[in-house]
Amino acid sequence: MKTNDVIMQFTAKIVFFIIFFYAVHIFFAGHYTPGGGFVGGLVTSSAIVLLIIAFDLKTVQSIIPINYIYLVGTGLILALGTAAFSMFVDKPFFTHFFDYFHLPILGKTSLHTAALFDLGVYLVVVGVTMTIIQTIGEDE
Amino acid sequence: MTYFFWGATIVVVLSIVALLYRLVKGPNPSDRVVALDAIGVALICLVGLFSIVFDTSFFLEIILLLAILSFIGTIAFSKFIEKGDIITRDNSR
Repeated sequence: MKTNDVIMQFTAKIVFFIIFFYAVHIFFAGHYTPGGGFVGGLVTSSAIVLLIIAFDLKTVQSIIPINYIYLVGTGLILALGTAAFSMFVDKPFFTHFFDYFHLPILGKTSLHTAALFDLGVYLVVVGVTMTIIQTIGEDE
Repeated sequence: MTYFFWGATIVVVLSIVALLYRLVKGPNPSDRVVALDAIGVALICLVGLFSIVFDTSFFLEIILLLAILSFIGTIAFSKFIEKGDIITRDNSR
């Protein structure tokens, strides 16, 4: 029997973007308010899980053509590179730097290298969660 | 005014207890899923009331997070009840 889930698929298409931009907000708010890379990664992967539930594994793989194993590797390299960068400028391992910059639209902004480390955590969390869910989901 | 918010908290907690009764007693799985979804909404109300009582805005992100998780959980449960599996490999087959 062919089921018809128009309402669920239409809702998933809209709610996916709401959840994803909320995850981006949580990721960038992590320095001054609750949030950060871990929660942002989990919320992003829950948005992708919503798409997987509403559609199917093959469709989502063609929408988001990412091999999540490589995502984990990229995140780990990014985190390690951020931590090791300070060693090349004669500072101890894991020393972070920050400064204030004048960006064109945003104005005076403080950019911190901890955000790059957090981006690594974010990519690792998304990759690990999606790998677990995909490998469990595609078993018959 | 604080007494008013604590009273509202007690009312929400009582409604969670009533929903827990439906969760334990419910004859079929659909009743339990609806009870879980309603418990999620009541928890959102509870977090909002607590953020008023404790006078902080740091709890407000939890509200949206709970709403998202409750929505996705309910959808996953309903798909499991309807089709027997949550993640299908190929829908067009």
